[in-house]
Amino acid sequence: MSTLCQIRDLSVTYRDQPNPALAHVTLDIEAGGRLAIIGESGSGKSTLARTLAGLLPPRTHLTGEIQWTGGTPPRPGRDLGFVFQDPSSSLNPVLTIGEQVAEGARQHLDLGWKQALERAQDMLERVRIAQADRVLRAYPHQLSGGQRQRVAIAAALAAKPKILIADEATSALDVVVQAEIVALLDDLVRDAQMTLIFITHDIALASGFADRVAIFKDGRLVEAGPTASLLAAPAQGYTRTLLQSHLDLTSPPLVEEAAT
Amino acid sequence: MRLVRNLIGSPEGAIGLGILVLLALVAIFAPVLSPGDPLSIAARPLLAPFTDPSFPLGTDRLGRDVLAGIIHGTRTSLAVGIAAALAALAIGLCVGLTAGFAGGLVDEALMRVVDAFQIVPSFLLALAFVSVIGASVPVVVIAIALGAWADPARLTRAQVLSIRERDYVASARVIGMHPAEIALREILPNALPPVLALSAIIVAAAILTEAALSFLGLGDPNVVTWGSMIAEGRNVLRSSPSLSIFPGIALVVTVVAVYLFSEGLTKTIGRGRLAA
Repeated sequence: MSTLCQIRDLSVTYRDQPNPALAHVTLDIEAGGRLAIIGESGSGKSTLARTLAGLLPPRTHLTGEIQWTGGTPPRPGRDLGFVFQDPSSSLNPVLTIGEQVAEGARQHLDLGWKQALERAQDMLERVRIAQADRVLRAYPHQLSGGQRQRVAIAAALAAKPKILIADEATSALDVVVQAEIVALLDDLVRDAQMTLIFITHDIALASGFADRVAIFKDGRLVEAGPTASLLAAPAQGYTRTLLQSHLDLTSPPLVEEAAT
Repeated sequence: MRLVRNLIGSPEGAIGLGILVLLALVAIFAPVLSPGDPLSIAARPLLAPFTDPSFPLGTDRLGRDVLAGIIHGTRTSLAVGIAAALAALAIGLCVGLTAGFAGGLVDEALMRVVDAFQIVPSFLLALAFVSVIGASVPVVVIAIALGAWADPARLTRAQVLSIRERDYVASARVIGMHPAEIALREILPNALPPVLALSAIIVAAAILTEAALSFLGLGDPNVVTWGSMIAEGRNVLRSSPSLSIFPGIALVVTVVAVYLFSEGLTKTIGRGRLAA
């Protein structure tokens, strides 16, 4: 597999912050791969996502380099799609679903509004939204959380980008819907042979479908590697801690039930 | 459409809207309701109201029909009030949107200009402006707008500052939308509701300012306005108080209607926000 992007010694410091949000990160992202970036809150994983998407606030201090294969950074929308954590805030409440999904297609595929709306309906059908023609005219508050996230994915993919960054895209959803959205992302990415960068705090969720994982802690890359080998034989203590802290039904309860 | 239905649903909104529609009809059909020039002499001067059926509200010192004056004055009052509010809103929205969206030095510079306009009492500003340039309807409109645009500008900027950090704005940026398009299509419609609620208050204030300017003799002398009618009646306030009272009542009714309408609008928008 070819490399899509080489990150070399990248540090990011937000304005008026003493400590860098991301420090000395060196990481290769493979084209067509599915990379999971895992870390707890404040580990710098969202900062990495926003750096790649060019979404950092103005006057953020950046050192090191990001080299994209092809020379230029991906054009937002055209080459790169972004799905945010909370679909209730990433969709504009005053625009219809159709307008928001069609926007990317209209901007980058040189379509008129009518064709862009047809493309939007197509996209909504691809993310398996029932009655796509009616949803097209609906507003975000009329949809459920899972539907909204599907709409957000459709909007991110409307211009057929080659890279999709999902920043905690399933964290605001319940477990069942979470699994559906992950399966959907997996399908869509596989179909279009896109590169998926999936950012999450849930190591179990990520290990289910990512080819490679990168573990972050306190703004630093702890370790990165193919999912299977990294999970089977973690080299770092933190990765082991993360794996052990994963909860499932066999875990002992966190709070002992009061004796009745 | 839903907004209008909800507006009629609230009692304030329904009453306010009802009176405003009535006033608008009077203004539009003024030449039909009372044909001829309202400033021309029609009968014996100082005819008492409710004595002559063809002049129900009597005549003034020069023998001009008071009812005709009030009907035609509706035109000036509503037109000046609405035009001034629209101009103030247009300037305020542009400045607030630019300041909030651009940030940094542009924001600082624009907000200092807003400060400067807020410090000067708006009526004084209008008074000075009209007395320097000369009294005509467009000048009066600009003069009132000059004193009224600072509030919507400040409100819009505050809204934009909060909205531009929302995820949907980031999501529009990551789709590759042009900043101007983001400002106009993604941010402006979300910043609008509180500014709209403010707009009715600006209309009411503009109608009052226009009346006050006319009262001081700084209105357009070629059109009849409620303010100039009140001023005209002031000279005979003891013998014929009705000359000042009738246009005064018209003024009160209009301003109250605008306030009720704005109250209903604010409630409707608030409810819409909760439902969303």
